[in-house]
Amino acid sequence: MGLLSDPVRRRAIARFILRLNTPLCVLSYVAGIAWFLALVFPPLTQRTYMSENAMGSTMVEEQFVGGDRARNFARDFAAHRRKSGSLPVAWLERSMRSVGLEVYTQSFYRKLPFPDETHERYMVSGTNVYGILRAPRAASTESLVLTVPCGPDSTNSQAVGLLLALAAHFRGQIYWAKDIIFLVTEHDLLGTEAWLEAYHDINVTGIQSSPLQGRAGAIQAAVALELSSDVVTSLDVTVEGLNGQLPNLDLLNLFQTFCQKGGLLCTLQGKASGRPHGPHGLFLRYRVEALTLRGINSFRQYKYDLVAVGKALEGMFRKLNHLLERLHQSFFFYLLPALSRFVSIGLYMPAAGFLLLVLGLKALELWMQLHEAGGNPEEAGKAPGPGSPPLAPQGVGLASLMAPLLISQAMGLALYVLPVLGQHIAAQHFPVAEAEAVVLTLLAIYVAGLALPHNTHRVVSSQVPDRGWMALKLVALIYLALQLGCIALTNFSLGFLLAATMVPAAALTKPHGPRPLYAALLVVTSPAVTLLGSLFLWRELQEVPLSLAEGWQLFLTALAQGVLEHYTYGALLFPILALGLYPCWLLFWNVLFWK
Amino acid sequence: MAAAMSLAVLLLLLVGPGCWGHAEHPRDSLREELVITPLPSGDVAATFQFRTRWDSDLQREGDTDHYFLRYAVLPREVVCTENLTPWKKLLPCSSKAGLSVLLKADRLFHTSYHSQAVHIRPICRNAQCTSISWELRQTLSVVFDAFITGQGKKDWSLFRMFSRTLTEACPLASQSLVYVDITGFSQDNGTLEVSPAPSSTYQDVILGTWKTYAVYDLFDTAMINNSRSLNIQLKWKRPPDTAEALPVPFLHAQRYVSGYGLQKGELSTLLYNSHPYRAFPVLLLDAVPWYLRLYVHTLTITSKGKENKPSYIHYQPAQDRQQPHLLEMLIQLPANSVTKVSIQFERALLKWTEYTPDPNHGFYVSPSVLSALVPSVVAAKPVDWEGSPLFNTLFPVSDGSSYFVRLYTEPLLVNLPTPDFSMPYNVICLTCTVVAVCYGSFYNLLTRTFHIEEPKSGGLAKRLANLIRRARGVPPL
Repeated sequence: MGLLSDPVRRRAIARFILRLNTPLCVLSYVAGIAWFLALVFPPLTQRTYMSENAMGSTMVEEQFVGGDRARNFARDFAAHRRKSGSLPVAWLERSMRSVGLEVYTQSFYRKLPFPDETHERYMVSGTNVYGILRAPRAASTESLVLTVPCGPDSTNSQAVGLLLALAAHFRGQIYWAKDIIFLVTEHDLLGTEAWLEAYHDINVTGIQSSPLQGRAGAIQAAVALELSSDVVTSLDVTVEGLNGQLPNLDLLNLFQTFCQKGGLLCTLQGKASGRPHGPHGLFLRYRVEALTLRGINSFRQYKYDLVAVGKALEGMFRKLNHLLERLHQSFFFYLLPALSRFVSIGLYMPAAGFLLLVLGLKALELWMQLHEAGGNPEEAGKAPGPGSPPLAPQGVGLASLMAPLLISQAMGLALYVLPVLGQHIAAQHFPVAEAEAVVLTLLAIYVAGLALPHNTHRVVSSQVPDRGWMALKLVALIYLALQLGCIALTNFSLGFLLAATMVPAAALTKPHGPRPLYAALLVVTSPAVTLLGSLFLWRELQEVPLSLAEGWQLFLTALAQGVLEHYTYGALLFPILALGLYPCWLLFWNVLFWK
Repeated sequence: MAAAMSLAVLLLLLVGPGCWGHAEHPRDSLREELVITPLPSGDVAATFQFRTRWDSDLQREGDTDHYFLRYAVLPREVVCTENLTPWKKLLPCSSKAGLSVLLKADRLFHTSYHSQAVHIRPICRNAQCTSISWELRQTLSVVFDAFITGQGKKDWSLFRMFSRTLTEACPLASQSLVYVDITGFSQDNGTLEVSPAPSSTYQDVILGTWKTYAVYDLFDTAMINNSRSLNIQLKWKRPPDTAEALPVPFLHAQRYVSGYGLQKGELSTLLYNSHPYRAFPVLLLDAVPWYLRLYVHTLTITSKGKENKPSYIHYQPAQDRQQPHLLEMLIQLPANSVTKVSIQFERALLKWTEYTPDPNHGFYVSPSVLSALVPSVVAAKPVDWEGSPLFNTLFPVSDGSSYFVRLYTEPLLVNLPTPDFSMPYNVICLTCTVVAVCYGSFYNLLTRTFHIEEPKSGGLAKRLANLIRRARGVPPL
């Protein structure tokens, strides 16, 4: 710190930063991107390994042979489901009882904030069925969960069949030390959320459900299963949960171990949206390590039947049964370039750090310029004293910044509150459905925000125009850096994506120079356009390119889904964008049109 | 009920005389009995009871001093044969003869429920209670699971359950009986067949309902001499339908922790009264460890959506590291209702060395204890305790219209905020250093004001140089 308190050296550093600011920024940005790209290469990725002692050395012998039984169950389930049109609760109860489980049901009801058009539901009521296998001579203090979500579009009959066959097999064994809960939920994740909230006796999302009759202590781990065919070519594992939360890496290692042992082909998916990609995502909030296995049936030649999948599950459950403590030994923050390789947080965070350094450098430059411009003429060449308050002596009081800050925050608040609040009014006055009304209001408010600079200028009467925008940009830069830092820490993929897109535009923005170019850049990198762009990119990667109209439709549904997920599961992406990033982005827009 | 419940190894030391049993009895008497109860689910429960009495020269000293009454509970005990072996050694015949030959560890630990108890208490030898005897009562209850032990078959026999049969009575015993519950399986109904034919039957009110038992007396020579061994068999003529919901007892309870996160939580106990028209009071006793800091003002008791005010509350707050919270309440349970007792708590941060070796496993909270007088369906007549079977005294009847039940809920596992113990020393050193260095210098930088002063005189070298310059007559630097 002697470095900073020595005025001579500090002056040297300041001069260095001011002179080389642009090259440093470019260098830092490039370094960030390059670091991120380098994460796929071996020195930065490590092979995964099992850290948990209780699951490591001991091997289990899988004895599951109930393939036919699973198929029969699946066929019966599908038939009953077709007959009743919804989850065959009575049949499930009967079958679970017949394999020797303690069976309970739970009914739930949820009125969505607005109609969900992709799943065609608004007022949802359903029933979850679960059976508990009590561990012999144990006190029901710990449990494991195997869950199968049944929705209108994903029937998962084979998964239900396998669940019942596994339950029958598990019931005959004496080695269980933890209770096992076999859970079949209706309406996909809504049912899972309702069950989890009822199990923990809380109400986070305003779902109404009947209280649970049977419990089995603290849930240690959960596996969700999705299978819709008798044979699978590969098993796809999804780890990312709500708000980008990840399960402990050991659970994934466990899955991978049994994939290798059973010779199964296992793949991995991951995205950056912060929405749960499977029912397991909702478990993570309750500190239950969970993942979703999805059976994929493609045109590959080698296929595996239900016995192979069942054996992998049996092995996983037996090893989880060995656990003495909650999974805690391995990483909670990691990136997975492949199933057998991972990047730990210490290695991937520098990438985001370099990107955010750009914002820091720019902010530092602005800070120094502000001080130089405002300082006395004889001190102009020197660096400012560190103790002096940042803006007061220069005549750009914080008061003048309050107006744009408040207005953009209010805009964000409106973006967050109004679409859902005003859906009925919008639906009355315009010929649109409620769901469309929400999305269109969202977009309208978003676009209306672009008109802000013209309005704020009437409020702001800055006598020193140049210093005004500099101060505003300084605040905006720090605000953005803080937000992106926090996002990158909890959900690295999302944080990095946003940082990579928003940082250059944010750093470049100023009211001089080629304004239309900056404006275009800023619009292109705004959160909503990023979403649109990533949708196109995603479909491009899936080799199903989108036409423009389709893309637009997809964009609208994605927006609606984002809002819905916030209300139904408590996903934080929508509030972060509406209350945090959007107002911040508006500040830059303000800077750009500063007069 | 195939539900596995907690194993409660409970040593109950009741200081003071028993309230019954004034009759004169032989010295060092042993009574042993085995009760086999086929359950509606197709499983079968077996309860052993051994009662030994011996005279003692200890004199009674006045009434029980409640100051010395202690209650302690160990919420978790891993079941293994080590619990059984010393327990068996207390029996007069060990496991050589009598009912105790059935106590084979490998079968007893293939069950879905296992409960073992030792009760010891002084009892009065005469009406004036001038001298006392000691009574040692050992009970062992197991539930054999049709799915595990029976490989799905629901027919049971002694051999199938214990892989042994009875060959002789313990010569030291004064009584050695096997009871088989045949209530509801009477001959005209004919769902269950018991062979061989019992020597007699016994009827009584147990847990508020009439029960019929087939009785086998091991001292009855005809019973064993016929085949050299007694292998009691239970055959279902019409197997019970497992797909139907099973009957529930009048009083049962459930306990759980609600909430998520590592800061707060809530302990909830659900008390079910499934009696169709009778309300009855329950005494709820909770001992909660001090590291769950209870918020007593959040204690809520609701039944049927309305607040239920307990008629008696005794609360003793915890002292950190010294004594747990003790909460005792008398609650009236309305007929056919669920009563929820909930209280919020905050998880305390333990000291570094106070964590167990497996801190991420969580910390156990002992079960709450429910004591209740549950109304009977049929009125019981006053019983002569000495003459009736031992299992009768497990659920003592006070006035004939109700019977006493003590229930233990499941223990709970609560996670406390846990530091990362993988390399505490490194982490502590590193963070302390970083914090100290950063904090110190930033604080320094932020609070001091700096004045730039030109150095008046240079260093030693400069002063030396000036000295030489002055000597040479050249102007100083």
